[in-house]
Amino acid sequence: MLDRALSWLLGGRRPTASHLLLAPSAVWLTIFLLLPSAGLLALSFAHNGPYGAVSWTLGLQNYRRAFNPEYVPVLLRTLVFSGGTTLICLLLGYPLAYYLSFRAGRRRGALIIALMVPFWTSALVAFYSWMIILGREGLLNAVLRRLGLVSAPLALLYTPFSLFLGLVYFYLPFTVLPLYGSLEKIPRQYVEAAYDLGAGRWSAFRQVTLPLSMPGIVAAVLLTFVPCLGDFLTAELLGGPRYYLVGNLISNQFLMAQDWPFGAALTCLLLAGLVGGLWLYRRWEAVA
Amino acid sequence: MTDETLLEIGPVSKSFGEAPVLREVSLTVRKGEFMTLLGPSGCGKTTTLRIIAGFESPDSGRVRLAGADVTDLPPYERDVHTVFQHYALFPHLDVAGNIAFGMRMDKVPPPEIARRIPEALAMVKLSGFEKRRVSSLSGGQMQRVALARAIAGKPSLLLLDEPLGALDLKLRKEMQLELKRLHRRLGFAFVYVTHDQEEAMTMSDRIAVFNKGRIEQIGAPSEIYEAPRTSFVADFIGGANVFSAKVLPGAEGRAHLLIEDEVEVDVPLDPGESLPAPGRRVKVGIRPERVRVYYKDELPFGALRLDATIADSIFLGDACQIYLRFLKSAPDKLLTALAGGDRYTMHDDLGVPAIAAIQPDDVYILEEDA
Repeated sequence: MLDRALSWLLGGRRPTASHLLLAPSAVWLTIFLLLPSAGLLALSFAHNGPYGAVSWTLGLQNYRRAFNPEYVPVLLRTLVFSGGTTLICLLLGYPLAYYLSFRAGRRRGALIIALMVPFWTSALVAFYSWMIILGREGLLNAVLRRLGLVSAPLALLYTPFSLFLGLVYFYLPFTVLPLYGSLEKIPRQYVEAAYDLGAGRWSAFRQVTLPLSMPGIVAAVLLTFVPCLGDFLTAELLGGPRYYLVGNLISNQFLMAQDWPFGAALTCLLLAGLVGGLWLYRRWEAVA
Repeated sequence: MTDETLLEIGPVSKSFGEAPVLREVSLTVRKGEFMTLLGPSGCGKTTTLRIIAGFESPDSGRVRLAGADVTDLPPYERDVHTVFQHYALFPHLDVAGNIAFGMRMDKVPPPEIARRIPEALAMVKLSGFEKRRVSSLSGGQMQRVALARAIAGKPSLLLLDEPLGALDLKLRKEMQLELKRLHRRLGFAFVYVTHDQEEAMTMSDRIAVFNKGRIEQIGAPSEIYEAPRTSFVADFIGGANVFSAKVLPGAEGRAHLLIEDEVEVDVPLDPGESLPAPGRRVKVGIRPERVRVYYKDELPFGALRLDATIADSIFLGDACQIYLRFLKSAPDKLLTALAGGDRYTMHDDLGVPAIAAIQPDDVYILEEDA
């Protein structure tokens, strides 16, 4: 039984001693990912009792509730903010990654580290800093008023602007690094061959560099869009209650509403959507 | 510049950082000519090709193509296509897409492109490969597709950067003949870069021999072979025996030389070749296959006789190399002879006396190396 399961996991190959190298990560994943996920799935079918107690009479009521029209705006808003963030990150990140790959020369290493700095900073610290910058009495408003550009302070915080800003700020490295990884691997010779055959700079980019960086673009989109979908900290601190996302809805079920089974059901739906999307993408990629 | 001149470069110099790569290289290529840039790695031949293509710009000197100065034009505005050393086929396009690329950029109408793709593939003997993915091709097939892609747009000049370097020997020989055939059929000029002197000999109308960023000699293969001007050319092409000699006073039209202070020879000069001043030291060379080896006294008419002993010999199958010791004052300076395989002597013959015969007109006088 066990060896059949093992052989299935290894894609039909016979388990050998070298597969023992996989054991630590397998144990880790089992304890911290598979078991909790299974627990979450079970929980999503349970009932919510009084004062946040869980009653284990199983049913589909949490899922039925999740499709209640009152949650549709949250879902749409999440898609808009995730999609918008991904798009902005791509538009900002592609030229940046292009510069890093082909033009930066010796400055490349330092620039990549600079790019990673926000990534290494605690998100909490970074977002509080943004709150100080964007607030009514914040740095940005002070500068604008000093310069006489505005008479009354602008409402910058807790707006779609501040939420997009926070999301883009945080997720930009997730976009740039895969793009950089794929652009940097494109041999210079392909671009030279395009020039040689009469393609100008823009044509060479459109016809050669861009299609060859497609795997990087797809990876960048996935690595930006997917974590954006589950984000709740940025929305909590920079978006405010009017721009709650699915992530906030879920975290509220666990932390405020004390409705763990409903939170679990929402989580499972989000996961199912992501896994389904990835599966469709892999199918499409295999066909193309 | 005559009507026949297609490409004219020079005097082109180029440095990468501190290191000079080309020093005042001048070169002309005639319409329809097969010109080979030959030399060891790092000699500047590939940089010259890249300057012609427009990937590098020279520090000084101009590039003129069909009468127009193209020095400051980017590669995509030059009527020149390149076959790259590592093919550089676009991996995201199929074979037809690769061949169509240049024509699409030149705004050739689609029906014309559709007609020319099978034509180009037929030229390189890959008919029916239109829909194949680049990654499914073998090295030889990729090379053919790269060739088809470069010729489909009918440039006036085709540049080839060691295109056969990655192929095995048998395939390389085949492709050499095919390239030669293609060149005759297409009628446009080829500039071909290689470090393989045999390849250069087989295919070229003219060869430019590069060394350390300079062109040492330009000429037809037979000219370069029969009358190398410098010891580098003599040695790089076909191997050479090079000795130093002193010019002695002699008759008009002949050079009277004392080789290595021991052997006197009277070398007829080619028409136009200048006589070195008596008393000067020069270098002289002779091709190994022009040195005859005899084991008994039978000297051909007019030959110079050198009494020698056999120092070593190597069997090559259809030929053998015999190393002869002939100088009393410098016994380590050996004379190499290339003879038929039937003249091979076994190793127990080493040290036996032999006679080396040289025809004086086979001896050539070399210029001082720069």
